[in-house]
Amino acid sequence: MSATEILELSATAATAAVASGALSQGELFGAYLARAEGDRAAGGEGLNCFTWVAEHVPGDGSAPLHGLPIAVKDLFCTEGIPSQAGSRILEDYRPPYTATVVSALQSAGVSLLAKTNQDEFAMGSSNENSAFGAVRNPWDRGRVPGGSSGGSAAAVAAGLAPWALGTDTGGSIRQPAALCGIVGLKPTYGAVSRYGMIAFASSLDQAGPLTRDVADAALMLRHMVGQDECDATSLAFPGEIEPPTAERLDGIRIGVAEELASEGIQAGVVEAFEGALTRAEELGAQLQPVSLPHAPHALSAYYVLAPAECSSNLARFDGVRYGSRAADARDLLEMYTRTRHDGFGAEVKRRIMLGTYALSAGYYEAFYGRAQRVRTKISEDFATAFASVDFIVTPTSPTVAFKLGERTGDPLSMYMSDYCTVPMSLAGIPAISIPCGLSEGLPVGLQITGPAFSENRLLDVAHALERALEFDSQRARV
Amino acid sequence: MARLARLALEEDELEPMARELSAVLDHVAKIGELDLADVPPTSHVVELTGRLRPDEPWPSFPREVALAQAPAVSEDGFLVPSPQA
Repeated sequence: MSATEILELSATAATAAVASGALSQGELFGAYLARAEGDRAAGGEGLNCFTWVAEHVPGDGSAPLHGLPIAVKDLFCTEGIPSQAGSRILEDYRPPYTATVVSALQSAGVSLLAKTNQDEFAMGSSNENSAFGAVRNPWDRGRVPGGSSGGSAAAVAAGLAPWALGTDTGGSIRQPAALCGIVGLKPTYGAVSRYGMIAFASSLDQAGPLTRDVADAALMLRHMVGQDECDATSLAFPGEIEPPTAERLDGIRIGVAEELASEGIQAGVVEAFEGALTRAEELGAQLQPVSLPHAPHALSAYYVLAPAECSSNLARFDGVRYGSRAADARDLLEMYTRTRHDGFGAEVKRRIMLGTYALSAGYYEAFYGRAQRVRTKISEDFATAFASVDFIVTPTSPTVAFKLGERTGDPLSMYMSDYCTVPMSLAGIPAISIPCGLSEGLPVGLQITGPAFSENRLLDVAHALERALEFDSQRARV
Repeated sequence: MARLARLALEEDELEPMARELSAVLDHVAKIGELDLADVPPTSHVVELTGRLRPDEPWPSFPREVALAQAPAVSEDGFLVPSPQA
């Protein structure tokens, strides 16, 4: 099999080729290793997807996914391998242990190909907030790949990795997947262990797959879910994740979220979204409008809750146990404040300040308290909607990929990127983004969400729609 | 606020930070318009009931592993500047 043929295989197909003997484990890993090294060596001419690349091809093994490489977002701890979360404060940090979800995938046979570039501590929607530089979108190198899992999304879209692991707090898997024309799934909160993920907002963070197709997302998720005694918020997944097989959507009731599908959404995105709705109807789905009356307030609630949690989580970066430390401080307090000043980027500082403010004595109830109550209303909105429909669809991102630098001067406009994805994060429900067409020659994502632990049915619906939409991702391959 | 957050901000960082935070706070303050009087808060979507593991000792990292990534070490501990210079 030629390198070109190998790189065209989905993860599922590559696994089958290895199992049948058509492809060796070493050939499969080696083909991707050459590509990943190429992107690293290209510097400013490349996509800047990776912050670390494997040094050699691993030995053969007998686990089901052996030989299959994976690119892993930098914020997952990987023993002895740099895990820097896109931050200067963790430059060259090599953790003494590996995240549960990475270990689980390694037990299934997957080998670490690379660590991927990301927005610092997963705070951002464009991958421009990285100490290791911005990532470029393979569809148009003058544009952002989305964020915060931008390196993971760009690597998969460009064919530099067969699939990648990301994390999603308010849309950080789904939005870059949409902007790069690939599949991204945020699982139900608690379905996947957070142990060893460098935390941003612990009540929202979830790991999930970024893949070329829906079948690959199911395959990766199958090896990710499960309760972990090292994460007290992890839950046992009811049953197993099965490969999706649906080709029709007969009898499936799909709600179109009125509040998230028109106002503030680019015309070309609405057009592609409506095209996908037509395909769903042709497959037998029943469409009906649903209302999520509090969804327009989700972004406000999210940008109180997530910074509040981040201001607490990031208190651990104090220059004492790991990470960088400012030199020559006169006393302990100055060591803390200067270490954090020098080590954190502008967006991280902004969110720490925002969170500190929202949690401070005089403002706690007006901001943090109220945001928690909005969160309750958002969950109730979804529960009400799911009484009459099986799934809800929205565009994943209000816009296609924007130009590098276009939103960096205006944090609020950057935050608007998450308008359609944060409601599901606050409710803790699963949501998948699949590519549904092009606008201005750039990919548009369709988001499908369902009740907690509906992943198997969600993947089936996404699979049937993916077949009907026939999205062509070849143009992004480098 | 920066002092509470243990962040040293330079003089020229204060004005942009204040302006950007004000813009975000003005936007999020819209949730003040909602009637939420009888709505319970959600801190977490998973019912957290203080899950405990069995009280069995297990080994932790060896001291040298725990100290390996520290910026400064003295004997068997993390070295920090004095709290009072």
